[in-house]
Amino acid sequence: MSILHTVNKSPFDRNSLESCVRLAAKGGAVLMIEDGVYGAMKGTTASDMVTNAMKDLTFYVLGPDLKARGVDEGKLIDGVKVVDYNGFVTLTVENDKVQSWL
Amino acid sequence: MGIEVNGKVLETDEEGYLANLNEWTPEVATAMAKEEDVDLTENHWEVINFLREYYEEYQIAPAVRVLTKAIGKKLGPDKGNSKYLYELFPYGPGKQACKYAGLPKPTGCV
Amino acid sequence: MSDIKKFMYVNRKAPYGTIYAWESLEVVLIGAAFEQDVSLAFVDDGVYQLCKGQDTTGLGIKNFSATYRALGDYDVSKLYVEKESLEARGLTLDDLMPLTYEDADDDYAEKDSIRVVSSQEMAELFEQSDVLFNF
Repeated sequence: MSILHTVNKSPFDRNSLESCVRLAAKGGAVLMIEDGVYGAMKGTTASDMVTNAMKDLTFYVLGPDLKARGVDEGKLIDGVKVVDYNGFVTLTVENDKVQSWL
Repeated sequence: MGIEVNGKVLETDEEGYLANLNEWTPEVATAMAKEEDVDLTENHWEVINFLREYYEEYQIAPAVRVLTKAIGKKLGPDKGNSKYLYELFPYGPGKQACKYAGLPKPTGCV
Repeated sequence: MSDIKKFMYVNRKAPYGTIYAWESLEVVLIGAAFEQDVSLAFVDDGVYQLCKGQDTTGLGIKNFSATYRALGDYDVSKLYVEKESLEARGLTLDDLMPLTYEDADDDYAEKDSIRVVSSQEMAELFEQSDVLFNF
C-alpha cells in the first residue's frame, strides 16, 4: 500500500506541501506539479523541509511545469527526480491511490 | 416556471421545486398537490411538517432512507416504512414530499 | 474480498471562504447512499468546519454547520480531526461541535463521532483507505 501525493500549490502561497510532508506515511511518493514545482528548488525557505522528508518519501517534479516556469533543472534540490507526463502516469500506476493536496 | 398561490405567482425551478424556501406557506403545498391531483390528508401533513422541521434543524432535505428511519423514530414503525410513505407520496417520499414542503430536492436524488 | 470500500474524505479548507467544505459535505451525503465504509478527515483549516457557534445570518447564506449533525443519520460516524491542526490554531476538542451517532452494534448507544488523532495516526488512516477524496 502506497500513496502518490500530488502538490500543485507553491509552498510560499499555501501550506499544501507542508501538510503533505506532515501527513504522508513513509514510503510514499510526492509529485510536484503546476505551481507546486517551486517547492522543488534549492536554497529556498522550503528546501530544508523537503530535504529532511527525503528519508521517508521520494520526491518528483513534473518537467513540463518546470520548463514553463523557466526553472532550470540545475536549481533543483539534490535527489528530486524530474519526470515527464509518461512518468506521471507510471507513478499513478505504481502507487495504489492518489492524494491531491489542493 | 411558477406556481400560483392566493393570486401570487411564486417562482419554481424546472421540476416544480420552490425557488425561495422562505416563500412557503401551507397553501403552497395545497396548490402543488392540487396540480398533481392529490388531496392532502393529515397523514401527508405529518410528513410535510416533519420535513420542514428536519430542514430547519439540519439545513438539508433528508435522503429517503434517512427520512424513513427518522419518521419511524418519531411517529412509530407503522409510519416509518417505505410502503406507508410511498402510498402517501407515490412519486417518492423524498421528491414529492420535499417539493410540497418547499424544500430543495433531497441531496443525492436524481 | 468484500465489495465495501473504505472512502476517506479529506477536508482542508475553512467553511465559508470557498465552496470546498459544502461541496465535500454534499458529496459525503450523496456517497452515503452507496453504503461504503466512510470516514472524514479534518486537517489544516478544515478543522474550522467543525467549530461551534457558527451563525451565518449576517451573511444571508446557509449555515451548513448544522448539517454535520445529520451525518450520524447517514451512518457516517467516523470524523477524524488532526490534533496538530487543532493546536496550531489554538483550538481544543471543546471548541468543536459535539457530534454523535447511534451505534447499531451496541444497542443504539449514543457515541461521539469526533476522534482527535495525531498526524502519524492520520497518515496511517490515509494509508488504510481504498479511495481518498480531497477537498
